[in-house]
Formats: sequence, C-alpha cells, structure tokens
Amino acid sequence: MCRQALEGVKIADFTWAAAGPLTMSYLAHGGATVVKIESGTRSGASRSFPPRGGEGGMISSMMFSNDNSDKLSISINMKNPRGVEVAKKLVLWADVVAENFRPGTMEKWGLGYAELKKINPSIIMFRSSARGQTGPDSKVAENGITLQSLTGFTSLTGYPDKNDPTPPWGAYTDLTAPALGAVMLIGALDYRAKTGKGQCLDLSQLEAGLQFLAPAILDYHVNHLCARRMGNASSYGVPHGVYRCSGNDRWCAIAIFDDREWKAFCRIMDKPEWLDDPRFATAIARKKNESELDHLINEWTVKHPVEEIMNLLQDNNISAGIVENSADILNDPQIKERQFFEKLEHPHLGSFFHHGVGFRLSKTPCNPRTPGPILGQHTEHVCRELLGLGKDEYENLVDAGAFT
Amino acid sequence: MASEKTRDNQTVLGGYRALDLTDEKGAMCGWALAALGAEVIKVEPPGGDPSRSIPPFYGGVPHPEKSLFFFAYNTNKKSITLNLETVDGRVIFEKLVRSADFVIESFKPGYMEAQGLGYSALDHINPRIVMTAITPFGQTGPYRGFKTSDLMCSAMSGFMYLTGDPDREPIRISVPQAYALGGAEGAIATMTAHYFRERTGEGQYVDVSIRESMLKTAPYSLPWMEKYGKLTKRSGPYWTLMGQNTRVHWPCKDGSVTFVLPAIKINPDLCRRFIEWMAEKGIIHESFNRIDWNHPDMASITPQIQNELESSILNLCKTLTRSELMEGLIARGITAAPVNTMEDISRNEQLRARDFWEQVEHGEMGASIPYPGAFIRATETPCVKKHRAPMIGEHNREIYVDFLGIPKKELVILKVAGII
Repeated sequence: MCRQALEGVKIADFTWAAAGPLTMSYLAHGGATVVKIESGTRSGASRSFPPRGGEGGMISSMMFSNDNSDKLSISINMKNPRGVEVAKKLVLWADVVAENFRPGTMEKWGLGYAELKKINPSIIMFRSSARGQTGPDSKVAENGITLQSLTGFTSLTGYPDKNDPTPPWGAYTDLTAPALGAVMLIGALDYRAKTGKGQCLDLSQLEAGLQFLAPAILDYHVNHLCARRMGNASSYGVPHGVYRCSGNDRWCAIAIFDDREWKAFCRIMDKPEWLDDPRFATAIARKKNESELDHLINEWTVKHPVEEIMNLLQDNNISAGIVENSADILNDPQIKERQFFEKLEHPHLGSFFHHGVGFRLSKTPCNPRTPGPILGQHTEHVCRELLGLGKDEYENLVDAGAFT
Repeated sequence: MASEKTRDNQTVLGGYRALDLTDEKGAMCGWALAALGAEVIKVEPPGGDPSRSIPPFYGGVPHPEKSLFFFAYNTNKKSITLNLETVDGRVIFEKLVRSADFVIESFKPGYMEAQGLGYSALDHINPRIVMTAITPFGQTGPYRGFKTSDLMCSAMSGFMYLTGDPDREPIRISVPQAYALGGAEGAIATMTAHYFRERTGEGQYVDVSIRESMLKTAPYSLPWMEKYGKLTKRSGPYWTLMGQNTRVHWPCKDGSVTFVLPAIKINPDLCRRFIEWMAEKGIIHESFNRIDWNHPDMASITPQIQNELESSILNLCKTLTRSELMEGLIARGITAAPVNTMEDISRNEQLRARDFWEQVEHGEMGASIPYPGAFIRATETPCVKKHRAPMIGEHNREIYVDFLGIPKKELVILKVAGII
C-alpha cells in the first residue's frame, strides 16, 4: 500500500453541488478521510444528472461519482435531533468541517463556527459561498452558471463581431474556487497540526474567481480600459486562433509569437510569398490584417486533418493543438500515457473513467481509488469504525430515525 | 472575523523559502505560496523573466517594469537575476537550494536535468526539498516536448470545443486561463507535498500538467460519450448538459443577464412567476392563457409551449435595462446574475463592503493601485498584506551579499560575466 500525503486528515464534508465537493476532492485524492454528510430528502442535484443508475433515494450519476471519488457517504436526517447529534459527533471527530451552503444555513442547524468551536476547539471550518459570509449581498442565491457571469468571465468570452458575449460552457468558477480554496485549506491543516489551532476560512467564489482575471482588473484600475471579448485573438501573438480543418467540426488552435515561427509557418503552408507581402511581412502588418490572414490560413487548414496539422506544426516547433472533443480526450495518447483517468467499477453504473488531478507526486500518489459513494453507503461504517459507536448505540440511532 | 483585516505575523508558510524559476506558466503557484507567507524568490535570467513583456502595461507602453500581467502574479515575491546556464550560476543556485524549502520551475521537460539541476541533484543537496515542475503536458508522454501556448492548453482540455456558437469556431475566455489554473493546481500539489514533508521530513518531486488541470471542465461531457457515444457540442447562449439545451444567456436593453430558463414540467412555480411578470408588461403568448399555472396539466405541456416560454421571456428581457431585469428577477426569487464587465466589478458594492480591494504602493511610479485582495479570508492565518512585484534583480544585494555572503567584488565579476 502506497503512502499518501494527507493520510490521517479527517474531514466532515457537508458540501454539495460542485464547487464544494471539487475542493474536497483534492484532499480526498491526497489521502484524507472525507465523510460526505448527505440527506436522503435533500440529495445533491448532481446525484440525479443522467446518465445515472440505481433507484429512488439510492440514485447515482456518473457525474456525481466523478466529483466524489475517494469519499465516504453517511446519510443523516438533520431534522431529527438524533441526526443532529450524529453530525455533532462527526464535528468532534473531524479536523475540518466543510460546507458551501448559502450563508446562514449551518447556523440554522446549530453548526455555525461558534458552535463548532464549542464542540471541537481546534476545528477548521472551511466555508465556500458565492460572495463570502459577510456583506450586504452575502445571502443572494447563485449557482455556477450565474456566478461566472457575476465574476466577469462571460463578458470576456465571445465573438467581437457579435452584439453580445457567449457564456463559457459549464460553470467555470467551479474550477477556480476549488483550486485556490484547497491551497489555504491544506496550509491551515499544517498550521493546526503544528499549533493545535483551528480557524474559520471564508472563501468567496466571486473573490477567488477574480484572481484569475487580475491583469484585466488592473488594466481597468490603471488605464481605465475595460477588457472585452476578443474571440481567440491575443493582444500580442498573430496569427493566434482556431482554424477549421477537414472533417466535421474539427479545429486546430495555432499560436505564433515571433518571426522564426512565422517563417516556418509560411514555409509549411507553401506561402513563401507572404514573407514579402506588405500585408503580412511584419508582425504589425499581420496584426492590422489579422482577419484577412485568418481567412487565408483557414483555406489551407480546411484541406487537412487536424491531427496532421498539429503534428506538422509541432514538428517545426510551432504551438498547435487539436480542439479536443470528448471522444478526442478519451483517445488522447498523452492522457492515456499519463493515466489521467482511472477506470473505477461502480456498483450501479459499471466501470467508467474517473478524472484525477493535474499533478503527480513522486512519493505519495493522488489517483482516484474508489468511485463516488452511494447515498448512505458508509453510514454504519462511519458510525461504528470512525466514531466508535457500539452496535446497540448505532441501532438505537437507526430506530430513532437519525439516518435517512 | 473575516472582514477584519487582521494582518499579524501568523501565516501558514512564514519562515519557508521558495525559489521560483517560472515564467508565466507557473507564476500563480509562487504567488499563492507568497500569499501564505513564504519568502518567494524569483530567480530570473539576466534581463528579466520573459513574462515581464506580457501586456497590458501601466500607461499602455511596453516596459519590463510595467507589465500589469507580471504585477498581478508576482506580488510579495523577491527577485534575483541568475544565469543557470553558467557554472557559477549553477554553483550559486545549489547554495540557495540548501536553505530552500521549495523549488518551482516551468522549463521544458529535461531543461533542469541538462543544467545538472534535476530533482535527483537537488534531492542530493537537500532531501527536504519539494520540487514542483509546471509544464503544458507534464514530464512524461508523447506530447511532453510540444511547443506551448495558453491557447493550445485550453484547446486540448475540452473546454473550448464546448464554448461558442455551433456554426462558428470554438472560443476561449479572452483573459488566458490555462496557465493560471495550472499554477493554482501546482500550488495545491506543492502544499500537499509540503504537508507530507512536515510530517516525515521527506521532500518529493511534483509533476504538474497545465492541460490536465483544465481537463476537469471536460468530464461533464465525457459520461455522455462513454455511455451513449454522443458528442456534446457548442450551443452558444444555451447550457448543454447531458443532451439537454437550456437557455442561460438573456440580452436586455443595455447588456445581458444570466439565469437558467426554468422547465415548465420541473418547476412550474418558477414559470408562473415569469408568466405573471409578463402579464403585467402585456407580453404574453395567448397559448399561456389556457394553462392553469397553479396546477398545470403536465400532459398538455408540449416542447412547443416550452419554446414559446423562452421566446416570450427573451422579449420581456429586451424591454428592460439590466438593473430593471435584475431587480425583477431577484424580487421573484429567481437565481440570476448580471453579465459584469471589469468596470462593473470595480464598482461592485459587495466587494467594497468586504473591503476586497487592496491598495498596493508602486513608489517608483508614484502610484497606488487597487489590486484584488486575499483569495480567501482566514481568521488565524490570513493572506499576507500585498506588496508590489519586484523589479528585475531588486534583491540581488540582499540575497547574494547579505544572505550568501558573496563579497561585493565578486558580485561585479558575476555581473560582467552575465551570470547575474
């Protein structure tokens, strides 16, 4: 059995949807014991997204399994005082209590930071919410789709010749918030291990997302220039775009930044005359005539398969890559070689790919090991093995309706 | 708690040192460690890190000390210049590694080994070292040597294929995202290795792939392919998930707003609120009148009616300004957000109320610039107060003379020989 970096770390995980669970995934993959506290009556929306398997309250989806691999699930009825009692036992057991409800929800259950600290003085409370725990709009509801617009990502995505931006697909802040939240959470765990001190961490998904737009924010604050969507153009590279290749909806990204690359590119396209063409001879001219140039490049790319263009350009040390769709990703030789996806056997859904993390640690692997749990799959295990309850005690709780 | 800016000496990484050799590819990793209190020393080639020439620029004019991109991701770092491709440079670097806790680099795979500074060499000097390499595809695999660009990393992550109009080219977010995400995941990986090191005394090697850090956008479309062999495609203003298209983007008089069109069959109550709103405005499709919105007969709800609901709401939005539309949506309990520009963000009340913006002094330009503040609030170990990015080699004297004890005379030799 390999050693894992975060072995021994204990997390009572109340998070749901995507932004919270994806944060906890980094810790779960790193070896922390993450117990998802769920409810049969209020199961996270992503449990039921198709394709799915299982029935009724036991429903499982491929997406949920992907976002929650390596975690355990206990299903608690938080409306039952005996259920709340179990939740509080988990707080006492845990190093971290994590949640991403609308601010105020944990307080309603008597599980605000002040109460958690009474139960477990060295607890770390990790709170992730749309706009943070404080401020006039802290309780306004959001989801990942609206949040990426609130943060500014949508206004910066789209075609400049259209009246309106085009939203980035999905819920982009569900990537940015976990990526920064996990950094501080692991740091807080190390600090706690050394000093015995817990704390409350308040992540605003809006504020975390804005870090990824910082250059554009500074441009506005300093130069009063409000950045706009520019398709795939770069303010300095040219040509810099996505070009149509042969076949159905096949595209190649090409980015050229200097003269060497431009010369090689013209040679590959068999357009040596462009090197002397006043429209394209200099980088300044190419930028001025960018749309014309893009059009002409398209005339070349559309005759060739995207794989051929990528390889040809890369062989000449020019940055180029396939705009990969989901089939490309599943067949990508680089992804296969690095085993980014782990095929895990799910009891309801069969065997399918689960995503890992974007890094490999030489001594302490972080690959996914078990699929996302079925609702309440580990209720008894968590109560008996982790919380140390006796058989009678556990059965008592079952009879009292503590679990759903 | 969180809103108070208590900035004392308690930090997660106070007393730890990182040598940051990255360019734009990994800048955010060292940036995050510096925010946590680490002493992050940027080791730049003489003349400066190439990412100093990335726009936008202060005052709009290109200058290596005025890149706003560089400013953004190099706060709280120090800078020394060092040519790793010289023998003297390597010897000095090895000395620095002895007292360092982290080395972060973003060179092409193989470069550090070629300088004699690969992980096995650094591990030999300092077995506690955590060495993090941030590259487009990681250290292994057939694409590891590919010529990189942020655009290529985004393209190969599956994110772009899904963003844009179905009949046009896939697009990215115009402020490049792949390198930033790779840097942030690099920081998670580095902290994970740090946690292990603090318990066991053992350092390790961390291999980060920028493309993989962005691949998490794609898995939502993968089950559809794995299970049914179906490709999820771009859908412009619609959100496509698991074969369903739902409009999320709504233009209005002076901008646009984002909310998810409710499905009549799933959420009739939310639809009723729109119907009543449209009735007030006199924009109502006659087929809606035949529906009892309090108890709709679901069998009678055809896709046609659902489409009419969408086009009616589109018309409603067009009669309203963005603030009128947002007010109406919030009053009716519909989750929505304005499509904010950077100007809107700069004026956002919530961010001001949370005291988000942090003034950073740029003394040599006589400027004080509001930066995005802490990426998370922490009661015990808050992110450190922001200090501007370093000038090229600003800390050469501090590190070389005061810390390593290199005599000033030798510093002159190193300078003339192009080593620092």
